[in-house]
Amino acid sequence: MNKITGAWSWLTTSSHWSGVDGVWNRLGEHLFLTVVCMLISCAVALPIGLALGHLGKGGTLAINVSNVGRAVPTFAVLVLLLILLGTGSQWPTILALVLFAVPPLLTNTYVGMREVDRDVVQAARGMGMTGGQMLWRVELPLAMPLIMTGVRSAAVQVVATATVAAIPGGGGLGRIITAGFSNFDTPQVFAGAVLVAVLALLVEALFVGGQWLLDPARRRRRRTAVCSGPAGAAPADAPA
Amino acid sequence: MVLASASARPLAASGNCLVTNEWVCPEYVRSRKQELIDATVQHLQLSSVSVLIGLLLAFPLALVARRWRASAGPVLGVTTILYTIPSLAMFSILVPFLGLAASVTVTGLVLYSLTILVRNILAGLQGVPEDVREAARGMGYGPLRLLLGVEVRLALPTIFAGLRIATVSTISLVTIGGIIDHGGLGNLIYEGNQSLFKAEVLTASVLCVVIAITADLLLLGVQRLLTPWANAGKQSRFRRRATTVEAMP
Repeated sequence: MNKITGAWSWLTTSSHWSGVDGVWNRLGEHLFLTVVCMLISCAVALPIGLALGHLGKGGTLAINVSNVGRAVPTFAVLVLLLILLGTGSQWPTILALVLFAVPPLLTNTYVGMREVDRDVVQAARGMGMTGGQMLWRVELPLAMPLIMTGVRSAAVQVVATATVAAIPGGGGLGRIITAGFSNFDTPQVFAGAVLVAVLALLVEALFVGGQWLLDPARRRRRRTAVCSGPAGAAPADAPA
Repeated sequence: MVLASASARPLAASGNCLVTNEWVCPEYVRSRKQELIDATVQHLQLSSVSVLIGLLLAFPLALVARRWRASAGPVLGVTTILYTIPSLAMFSILVPFLGLAASVTVTGLVLYSLTILVRNILAGLQGVPEDVREAARGMGYGPLRLLLGVEVRLALPTIFAGLRIATVSTISLVTIGGIIDHGGLGNLIYEGNQSLFKAEVLTASVLCVVIAITADLLLLGVQRLLTPWANAGKQSRFRRRATTVEAMP
């Protein structure tokens, strides 16, 4: 119990929030890493997933890429990239996180596109829609919920995984944990862990809220949500 | 030469690639064979123990969540929140309670595996058609025999899908245990990071991936053996689906 009160008093000490090792700076680094990595990952994975899903090709690749991705430890990729590219910049961390986030994003986008009711797609084709029109006006809107679920879980996982960057000395909130760990300062470790977990849950809540607000068909979908969604498509990927 | 001083270990048979710090170094594998084997064995032990304990805990949790509807939300909610705790934080938090021991790695990994396992076991059991249950009851199956003889068997494909995901993620997450020196091959990656020992990092990383993929394929094989019907059904369904897709103009 005193570990929790210790973490609380660590968090409420204002000197712990300022400076290079302070929470604000580390939080800024963490958010920077997360946002840059998510932007790059989405820019890479979404177009490929949409194209493959639209064409109905490369399904084996799109699905297996996340199985292989899961088998590769992010920590190992990070260390390999750090040795390869040097510790001077943030690029090794960003690249490792991108490699971590792209596979599940790609798989979810592909599955989302393929889950669109084929009858609807055929009807669109029968109405004389071109491939592009079908993609943008039929398939994409219908696949959107599943794609956004993929983006959300990837974002939450990236927030959590970005802490690993601290083990080899990168930035982010993980540094608070590793610093506390090497000083045997348990309250600080707890405080750092709580900060990351809260940030991850905030990101999750932000996406859930945004999805709910932006979804034009939320009333209708809620009724059918129970039976939609393929088994095993639930994006559960490795925490790290 | 940097390597020799940094890794602080006697280079008994310093092959050329060890001195020049190459990524691929057969001499490293030869001279540190025992170290690699020990780390691999530790990796296998940590991951298999974690997944087994996870499975043993996940089953009752899934049964509870199924039996009492009201408990499903909390059970799934708590296991999902556990998943958002970063592994670095999880392991660091457990150290003050459990000390610098293998139990830290195992406990953390068990908690992570629960998320996937509980969800999939529950989904598998819920997917059993009510007709099948009725038929089994009609044939005089008691609750336990119904569960083990009928429901679990029919849920096996879903359970195995979860088991495979949990196993592969566990094997890759064991590496984070390297921060407390109980991370199997992660210990070598951690050590190699500090001494910039390229061959050590790459060899350990590759071994990790090989273990994960082998475990995945092994589980897939076991699943095929246990559920021959599911495989046959899937194939024919796949074929049917493929033809409908191709039949489109």
